[in-house]
Amino acid sequence: MKKTYINGVGCISTQKTFDTVFLEEAVVNHDQNVLAIVAPAYKEYISPAASRRMAKGVKNGIVASALAMKDANVENLDAIITGTGLGCIEDSEKFLKSILDNKEEFLTPTSFIQSTHNTVGAQIALLQQCKGYNFTYVNGAVSFESALLDAKMQIEEDEANSILVGGVDENGDYTTALFKLNGRIKADNTAPYTILNSKTSGAVYGEGASFFVLENERKENTYAELLDVAIVNTLKENEIEAEIKSFLKSNNLEISDIDALVLGFDGNVSFENYYATLAENAFDQTPVLYYKHLSGEYDTASAFAFWMASKILKTQEIPEIIKVNSVVKPAYKTILLYNQLNGKNHSFTLLSK
Amino acid sequence: MEELKEELKNKIITTLNLEDIAVEDIADNDALFGDGLGLDSIDALELIVILDKDYGIKLVDPKEGKSIFQSIETMAAYISANRTK
Repeated sequence: MKKTYINGVGCISTQKTFDTVFLEEAVVNHDQNVLAIVAPAYKEYISPAASRRMAKGVKNGIVASALAMKDANVENLDAIITGTGLGCIEDSEKFLKSILDNKEEFLTPTSFIQSTHNTVGAQIALLQQCKGYNFTYVNGAVSFESALLDAKMQIEEDEANSILVGGVDENGDYTTALFKLNGRIKADNTAPYTILNSKTSGAVYGEGASFFVLENERKENTYAELLDVAIVNTLKENEIEAEIKSFLKSNNLEISDIDALVLGFDGNVSFENYYATLAENAFDQTPVLYYKHLSGEYDTASAFAFWMASKILKTQEIPEIIKVNSVVKPAYKTILLYNQLNGKNHSFTLLSK
Repeated sequence: MEELKEELKNKIITTLNLEDIAVEDIADNDALFGDGLGLDSIDALELIVILDKDYGIKLVDPKEGKSIFQSIETMAAYISANRTK
């Protein structure tokens, strides 16, 4: 059974994560409950003729995938696997609004064509001329992990050598307004918005695209090995520790073997204990990290954590801005990522140097 | 007629998201498809919707489109002669 290596990474997010080494330009924004993308120069990656019909999520996916492929020095892919929670929600909103505004008449094709969830994967394939396996997982907050799992299994079973895997989501104005109404996003005008030790419900939202080249060979530029991914739909707070121990045990590891734990704190006090209990008890001797104060919450925000963990394993440095506690380790060899959204869609991802 | 041409140029730029193109860049006789503005078949569908929605013109014969959408000049002439709103 072949192993899976992360050989290239690309990230477009609500921070400047392109043309940087790591997070040296990251800034925490306490004033906004919805964070917007820091846009790259799209024209350097996509021709104006092609980009004029693309929503920002598609453009971000294309740029992130181009960065990952360049980083991995890979030109040909065997497969493209994408995870997305809400897909191209901007164009979906545009198309639905147009149906209502025009009383189901005069429907234009562009936003409809671009509104499907697999638009990002399809556009990347068109640009890269990749005629191989192309699949998009739409599984809420485990969309990215579903894509990872698929890629890992294909590499293990020798069905593919080089796979582009990513997570992408974008904010849409109407959906954002609905998320504020149902409390999924923190209420307006209640800044400062804090993520750790928050006293309010709802999350600070964001958007982004993170893509990775996974291959069956360790190379000079390898970031890490993807050891394992597990997805559990429903878990109670008091079941998380046992679940993690069992996941680690299946990889012949214990909690003391973990050099850093990356948690998905998103500022929602209602579900904070899923993370806080771990940080304060089982992992109190482990460096604990967080990231959604930088990326915002969205269904595929865990792909940003995956990017962050890959960078840590390669650079062996943990930026102060992502530390939850002050525990340090002499070296970072094994990192565990745990994420959930509103108590559901739990994922555990294990990376190793 | 000049006003209509200006209006059409603005509509085409906005509807088709021609980000790098200004009204002044489109000459009245420039080809809209092919070597001119470089529009494609999806754009053609958008133009048909503009005719229907904004000028009350329904194109029943698709073959007509080729001559109507040749340039801003031909579009404006056809709209002036056939508009119902």
